[in-house]
Amino acid sequence: MKTTLKKIFLYVLLMLISVITFTPLLWMISASVMPSGDANTFPPKFFPSTITFEHYITLFTRLNIGRYVFNSFLVSLGVTALSTIINSLAGYAFAKFRFRGRDKLFKFLIASMIVPAQVTMLPLFLMLNKMGLVNTYWGILVPGLASIFGIFLIRQYALSLPESLIEAAKIDGATEIEIYWRIILPLTKPILVTLGLFTFMGTWNDFLWPLIIMTDDAMYTLPVAVGNLMGEHAPDTELMMAGSVLTVLPILLVFLFVQKQYIKGIMAGSVKG
Amino acid sequence: MKKSTTQTVAWMFLAPALSALLIFFFIPIIAAFALSFTDFDIYSLGNISYLRFVGFQNYVNLVHDPLFWKALGNTLYFVIAGGPVSVLVSLGTALLLQSRLVKYKGVFRFFFFAPVVTTLVAVAIVWRYLYHPRFGLINFVLSWFGISAVDWLGDPAWAMPAMILLAVWKNFGYNMLIFIAGLQNIPEELYEAARIDGAGSFQQFRTITIPMLAPTSLFIGLTTMIGYFQFFAEPYVMTQGGPQYATISIVLLMYQHGFRWWSMGYSASVAFVLFAIILLFSIVQLRMQKGAAE
Repeated sequence: MKTTLKKIFLYVLLMLISVITFTPLLWMISASVMPSGDANTFPPKFFPSTITFEHYITLFTRLNIGRYVFNSFLVSLGVTALSTIINSLAGYAFAKFRFRGRDKLFKFLIASMIVPAQVTMLPLFLMLNKMGLVNTYWGILVPGLASIFGIFLIRQYALSLPESLIEAAKIDGATEIEIYWRIILPLTKPILVTLGLFTFMGTWNDFLWPLIIMTDDAMYTLPVAVGNLMGEHAPDTELMMAGSVLTVLPILLVFLFVQKQYIKGIMAGSVKG
Repeated sequence: MKKSTTQTVAWMFLAPALSALLIFFFIPIIAAFALSFTDFDIYSLGNISYLRFVGFQNYVNLVHDPLFWKALGNTLYFVIAGGPVSVLVSLGTALLLQSRLVKYKGVFRFFFFAPVVTTLVAVAIVWRYLYHPRFGLINFVLSWFGISAVDWLGDPAWAMPAMILLAVWKNFGYNMLIFIAGLQNIPEELYEAARIDGAGSFQQFRTITIPMLAPTSLFIGLTTMIGYFQFFAEPYVMTQGGPQYATISIVLLMYQHGFRWWSMGYSASVAFVLFAIILLFSIVQLRMQKGAAE
């Protein structure tokens, strides 16, 4: 009897929290298909009076949002592909090679994660400006090439790979590159997928750096474009919600399909090594 | 011979990552420090020969800038009030989801975690409308309980709590997962032994769960604090730092000086003060938690 009551209490609490966490997202989707003005009524409506896709059409035809979707996909995929390879090379080296100063260098890298990225942004902007990379896709790609967190994640995973596999390959006469390509890459695939997801989502969701480096609106990523729309279209609630849906939905869908990998990665990243 | 080859190969594997980090992370940190002692502005951007070394002038100006103190106060408010609230919600939900009585954990976990993966800018826009004093859903729901309308983003007293509420909603799921991982690492035998000794569930929580979670809590405390210090996108899209500068943050101030008015020397000094404060807070937190553990 007591457990039943406790159970009911727990479920009510969990459902209440679920409602709180999910309502803003559901309202965003619902408001995005409301006719203009529907979202600014009293009492507020949760469901549209009629469903319309006019705001999505406006976004694609008049406000050029297809271009921003493309930009976001391009830079997110680009950063993900390049940084996963670069970080994996370094993470493997830290885990499996013995070289002078290895542990000190690794500790130094971990400690420097405390420096907030914002500190680097002013000189980085000036540097990329000199290199002619402001307002280009490279402006986002280049600073994302390597990440200390990524190197850390891969090192932790690679540490657990058996030394004997590498030794056996060496005896068979495999070169270092072959060992990396044929043994290490396939074996670290789970963590590479996880890191790839982190990087993709991080780049997709990033706001401050693209806002700084993309000065021409044809180069904006989705978050910057939607943030910018807010300036002119703040009263068009339904249109803004459609823009938010287009920004959030791809990432939510990705998450829905690869939840397990993503969650594993967060838990792995928090375990001290 | 063999040993030196291993060394060379290792450095070859490290070279791409280390050179990228050196050029695009470490050198800019040093450059930012140097920049903060100059008067770099829009004229220097056009012609570098206008650049002057000004010593500590930017830092002196900073100390005399009331807006800087306002931004610092707001950022600390966000960190000191928002950080702990967010961590407590994470811990509470992690404990709920660890209960043996609960089924469908995956479903609830998905609902709790979904806000974490969303784009901050987009959900900040959504919340801006939810906070609308007249048409917003939040005031409407509050009115069911007889609470009169709050002008969330228009009232300087309510603007920061509104930002914190959004941040907690957006972030708590992340730390929740880390707490769950920490809880799963506690050996079940400890609880069994405690039960045999007649310890109640609260006592078990106090004497087993809390001490066993100490390393997890340290990690969460540090990362959450560092993240909350970088408070920027919420005020940028929701209030532009208003009303009456009630939500201006250190990073927003840095952005405005650096990239809107191009006074990059001054902006760099703001960035460095932020870094110094984060460093200080991290050291204090590490010391405190180490002290508590001993």
